[in-house]
Amino acid sequence: MTARFLKEGTILYGLFGTWYNALLTLLSLWIIVEWVPPLLDWGIFSAKTAPDPAACRATFGACWGFIHEKYRLILFGGYPFEHQWRPLLTSIIFVVLLVTSCNKRFWQPSLAAAWVLALITMFVLMHGGVLGLPVVESSRWGGLPLTLILAVFGLGIAFPFAVVLALGRRSKLPVIRAICITFIEVVRGVPLISLLFMASVMVPLFLPEGITVDKLIRAEVGIIIFAAAYSAESVRGGLQALNRGQEEAADALGLSYFDKTWRIVLPQALRIAIPSITNNFISTFKDTSLVVVIGMFDLLGALKASLNDAQWRTFYVEGYLFVAAIYFVFCIGMSKYAQYLENDIGRTTAKPS
Amino acid sequence: MAFWNDRHTRGVLYQVAALGGVILVGGILVSNTMDNLARQNIATGFRFLTREAGFGISEHLVDYSPADTYLRALYVGLLNTLRIALSGIALATLLGIVVGFARLSSNWLVARLASVYVEVTRNVPVLLHLFFWYAVVTQAFPSPGAALEPITGFFLSNRGVAISWPGLGVPTLDGFNFRGGAVLSPELSALLIGIAIYTSGFIAETVRGGILSVPKGQLEAARSMGLTGWQVLRFVTMPLALRAIVPGTTNQYLNLAKNSALAVAIGYPDFVSVANTTINQTGQAIEGVAMIMAAYLTLSLLISAFMNWYNRHVALIGERS
Repeated sequence: MTARFLKEGTILYGLFGTWYNALLTLLSLWIIVEWVPPLLDWGIFSAKTAPDPAACRATFGACWGFIHEKYRLILFGGYPFEHQWRPLLTSIIFVVLLVTSCNKRFWQPSLAAAWVLALITMFVLMHGGVLGLPVVESSRWGGLPLTLILAVFGLGIAFPFAVVLALGRRSKLPVIRAICITFIEVVRGVPLISLLFMASVMVPLFLPEGITVDKLIRAEVGIIIFAAAYSAESVRGGLQALNRGQEEAADALGLSYFDKTWRIVLPQALRIAIPSITNNFISTFKDTSLVVVIGMFDLLGALKASLNDAQWRTFYVEGYLFVAAIYFVFCIGMSKYAQYLENDIGRTTAKPS
Repeated sequence: MAFWNDRHTRGVLYQVAALGGVILVGGILVSNTMDNLARQNIATGFRFLTREAGFGISEHLVDYSPADTYLRALYVGLLNTLRIALSGIALATLLGIVVGFARLSSNWLVARLASVYVEVTRNVPVLLHLFFWYAVVTQAFPSPGAALEPITGFFLSNRGVAISWPGLGVPTLDGFNFRGGAVLSPELSALLIGIAIYTSGFIAETVRGGILSVPKGQLEAARSMGLTGWQVLRFVTMPLALRAIVPGTTNQYLNLAKNSALAVAIGYPDFVSVANTTINQTGQAIEGVAMIMAAYLTLSLLISAFMNWYNRHVALIGERS
């Protein structure tokens, strides 16, 4: 053949071993040469970092000055400026806890206690009203902490419901099974945005006269319903993957349904379901951005708000890149972790012989 | 043994309790809602559908004017949703298959580029994709007079995308806009580009997984029978891989159809957007949300039904039921 000096299976063979691969390589190289230097020039060499729109317009490079000027608005939304250390601290606690929870050594009851404690601390930090912290209404919360609150509280509160729904879907009792299947399939069949609309226009109608619910809680209700239905399917996957012998053995020992489920089935099934639940968390994290549509200022919403400033309107690429990078770092971290867990669980779970 | 310790009796009791709970909660919500609606003087029911809508819809595939009824307006919105869902699915599938194969390429450079594409598209929220592309189309593209023409008969401008299309002719500049050909508004273009690119990353991964699931022995057997590379792909790899690809792709199609509802965020008049306007004008929130849910459930069921039919078609003969 043409290139006998190239050994099959090496990188070089892959690149130039056949005529079409050589062509593809040249095409890819052409794309890289054509795109990467201008992008580097735009993003780094010709970029301006000073928050001066006039200087930015004078150059063709990126205007990181927009981020420089607006990063506090993008990250923390409309939270009172002098109190923004509170959302900052909240975000840090969230991230530290999320990272800690990834380590299997910490998977013990005390971790759950730490979460409960941290969530209360974060609520106090954000809302204030005690310890001399002035009250900040939830309508002023925004940016990254809002995104994290919506995602973490959403999935956290949805999770017990998801377990119940998944167990109900596999129940031998037809009425309970029908209720659970209907709920799961209806919620999974409609767009999240319709649930958010429902939460924002219908929840006020559902409640008796005189009771009003905060907008943040209404949006959270929509996200909880959505996350519960999707996580229920993940949990069901774990339940189905569990070796039937485990349940039969528990039955043979005469354990009650509750004992069997709580002590034998769930600990093993949830372990198997963790990678899938992590993937759910990633989707929920991305999907919280939909609250922009019902007028809330999460990370994406706060960016839209900063782009409304006429001086900076033309620098949307920098803004979207900045926010996309934040989402990307969170999501890719979690998805790599889910992949690692999947391999790890495949290695450590006993296979039915 | 007391009767409440009997397994069967208990089962019946649990079910009665669950059903009772659902009915009770539902009843409370309905009664509260009725009270609230009565206080706001909103009549329940679908009679409002025959009233005059009174709002314009920028894009309609069938004749529509503000003098038409709400029913007609919702029908226009539904057609727009179908248009986005179907063309989005076609575009995303095409991109996804190309990128999926590229990730498996023996060519290191191509595989790397494809995996960067997949990671970047999948790990950024779909709404951000939409906002970004909408901003690009409306702000970065030139005016129609200076439209970009990357491929002959394919024009990009800040008024959207104009394509020459058999039967519709070639787009020509007329005043400030294109006439003739298939003209996609900026909203439609951004929506289509955004959801297609977002979904294509997921489809690419499904395609890759499907192809990797084909047992190596099958390929070796095919090679040793003297089949060429193309024949192996056509007669061995693809038939086997499709069985793994189709169910995963079905899920992505369903997601794409649901994500098309984000049209409301960039002002494309899809079903959700029209229904939302209707809710705001008439106050018929329950009917509106119920119609949105019914429309998407039907759309999801139709896509599932079609894909299940196709799945049976590609399943191994022995596995058809």
